[in-house]
Amino acid sequence: MRGIITDRMGIFRLVLAEMRYRWGGALLGALSIAVAAGCLIASLALLREHDLVTARILAEKEKDLARRLSVYEDEVRKLTKNMGFNVLILPRETDLARFYAEDSPGATFPEEYAQRLVDSRVVTINHVLPSLQMRVKWPEKDRTVLLMGVRGEVWIKAEGQRPIQEAVAPGEIWLGHELHRGLSLKPGDRVSFMGREFTVGRCRSERGGKDDITVWMNLAEAQELLGLRGRINAILALECNCAAGVDRLGEIRAEMARILPETQVIEFQTQALARAEARSKAAAHAREQIEQERRARRELGRKKEILASVVVPLLWAAGGVWIGFLSLFNVRERRLEIGLLRALGVRTFPILALVLSRAKLVGLGGAVLGLAGGLAAVLLWSPNPEMRQAVAGMIRPGTVLLVLLGAPFLAGISAWIPAVLAARQDPAEVLRNG
Amino acid sequence: MLRLENVVRIWRGPQEVRALAGVSLEVRPGEFVAVHGPSGCGKTTLLLVAGGLLAPDSGRVEVGGEDLYAISPERRARLRAARVGFVFQQFHLLPYLDVLGNVMAATLGHPTEGAEERARELLGRLGLGPRLRHRPDQLSAGEQQRTALARALLNRPGLLLADEPTGNLDEAAAEEVLRHLEEFARAGGAVLLVTHNPRALARAGRTVRMENGRFL
Repeated sequence: MRGIITDRMGIFRLVLAEMRYRWGGALLGALSIAVAAGCLIASLALLREHDLVTARILAEKEKDLARRLSVYEDEVRKLTKNMGFNVLILPRETDLARFYAEDSPGATFPEEYAQRLVDSRVVTINHVLPSLQMRVKWPEKDRTVLLMGVRGEVWIKAEGQRPIQEAVAPGEIWLGHELHRGLSLKPGDRVSFMGREFTVGRCRSERGGKDDITVWMNLAEAQELLGLRGRINAILALECNCAAGVDRLGEIRAEMARILPETQVIEFQTQALARAEARSKAAAHAREQIEQERRARRELGRKKEILASVVVPLLWAAGGVWIGFLSLFNVRERRLEIGLLRALGVRTFPILALVLSRAKLVGLGGAVLGLAGGLAAVLLWSPNPEMRQAVAGMIRPGTVLLVLLGAPFLAGISAWIPAVLAARQDPAEVLRNG
Repeated sequence: MLRLENVVRIWRGPQEVRALAGVSLEVRPGEFVAVHGPSGCGKTTLLLVAGGLLAPDSGRVEVGGEDLYAISPERRARLRAARVGFVFQQFHLLPYLDVLGNVMAATLGHPTEGAEERARELLGRLGLGPRLRHRPDQLSAGEQQRTALARALLNRPGLLLADEPTGNLDEAAAEEVLRHLEEFARAGGAVLLVTHNPRALARAGRTVRMENGRFL
C-alpha cells in the first residue's frame, strides 16, 4: 500500500487500505446509503417542486382570470351595446316612492296607449304588456293581495312572435304561491273574489317576491271590479331600442313622452346591473375553479408528503440494517486480523474506531453518491424550471451537511454492535484456533 | 525477561483440559529457549499466556519484572506492544498492506520515533529491501515469515514469542528465520520458541519438553 510511509501507521490509513482491498462490501454499503440519501433528497426536491409548480399554476390562473374577466367585460359591454332596454311606463302623476312602497301607481291612463305605442314605430319594441295593478283587500279571505289585471301581449308582429306573457281567460284567476298554499286552493276550485265567482286557473310556483301574493285576472274583469273600465296604470315595454345615438335611453324616453303624453318612463333593469351580475357570476365561478385547483394540489402535496414520510425513513432504516449486517460480516471476515492487532498491542478504542470509521466512511461515500444521484435523478425525471429551482434550493450548507453528517452518523450507529463484538473478541481464541 | 511461576490454565468445555498444569519457566535476556512436545500438549497456550493474551487460572506471569495479569488490560496491551514480539506459523500478515505497511502496523499499538527508518533497515537486513511495495500474496512463504519477523522486531521488544515459525517454510527459509531468531537472542533478546522442528531445537540454547501441560 502506498502513502503509509510515515513514522506511524494510523487507523484511518488502515481503514482506507482495507476498504480499497475489500471494495465490494464497501460499495454495497455505500449504495444502500446512497439509495436512502438519494430518496431523501429527491423527496425534498419533489415536494419543493410541487409547491413551486402549485404557486406558478395558481398565479397563472389568477392572471388568466383577470385577463378573461377583462375580455369578458368588454365582450358583455359590446354585446349589450345594441341590446334593448326594458322600460316601465307609468302615469305621470305616479309618485314613484309610493309606487315602490305600495305596488300601485295610483293614477291611470287609457288602455289604448298600449296600441298607440306599438303603432308609433318610432321606437322598436319587442313586447308590450299593459296591466292594471292595485293593492286591494280580498274581503272573502280577509287578505291584502296585489291584483294584476292583464290581457297578455299587444301583438307587434303577428307571425313568429313568441308571447312572454299569456292572457288570463275571463272567469279565471291565477294565484301566487303564498295565496294558494295559505288558502289550500288548487286549479279547478271555485272561489269568490270581491263579490264575483272565479275558477282557479293556475297556481303558480314560489318566486320569492310580491308575485307570491298576486292575483292575476283578465284585464277587463279587473277594470270592472275596480271601476276603471278602459283604464290601465302600467305598460311594461321589453327590449326597446332606437336606431342610433349615444344616450339611447334618453332618446327612448323623449320619444315615448311625445307618443304617450301624461306618462313617465323608468328603466326596469339596467344593463350595468346585468353586466355586473354576469361579471360577478363569472368571477365567482372562475375563483371557485382556482380554489378547487388549490385544494386539489394541496391534497396531492399532502399525499406526497405522507408517502415520503413513510418511504424515506423505511429506506434509511433498511440502509442502516444493511450497513449493520455488512459490518458484522466484515468483522467476522477479519477475526484473525483483529486478533493479530490485539496481539500487536492495539487497544479497545482503536479496534472500535477501526470498525466505526469504516462504516462512517461508507456512510459518507453513500451520502455523497446519494446527494448527487438524487438531485441528478429528479432533474432527469422532471426537467422544468421549478425543479431546477428546487434543486438549487437543496444545495445549501444546511441540507448538504444534514445528509453528509446524518448518513455517517446512522452508519456509525448501525455498526456499533459489530464494533463492540470486534473489540470484545478474544485474541487468544482466534490465534489459537488459527 | 520472562518468568512463569506455577501457571495453570484449564480449557473448560464438554471435557475439561488442563493445558497448563502448574508450569514454571524463566527465559532470561539473551536466552533462546525452545519448547517441544506432541500436539495438544499446551505449547501454544503457553505462548498466549506468556504474551499477555490469555489470563491463567492461577500462577504468575512476569515480563520485564511486571506482573502481566495484575495490571489493567489496557496497560497490558501497551506493555505487550512495547516489549513482546509475536511470530506465528500462519504469518498473519494484513493482506491489504504491502511489506512496509505490514511492518509499520506494529506502530498501531506502540508509536515510536523513526519507526519507518527502522522498518526499512530491518527489512533490508532480512533481505526484503527490494520487496517493500509487494503485498503478501506476491511474496514467498519465507518472505512472508521474514516480514512477520520484522513486524515483531520493529518496536525493539525484549521478548520474542514464536509459535512454529518454520512450520510452513522450506528448509532454506526455515534456516534463515532461525538464524534471525538466534541473532535476536545474541543481541540480548529473549526468545521462547514453540516447535516440532528438530533443526530448530538444535539451534536453541535450551530445550524443554512438554507433555500434558507439564514440563518434563
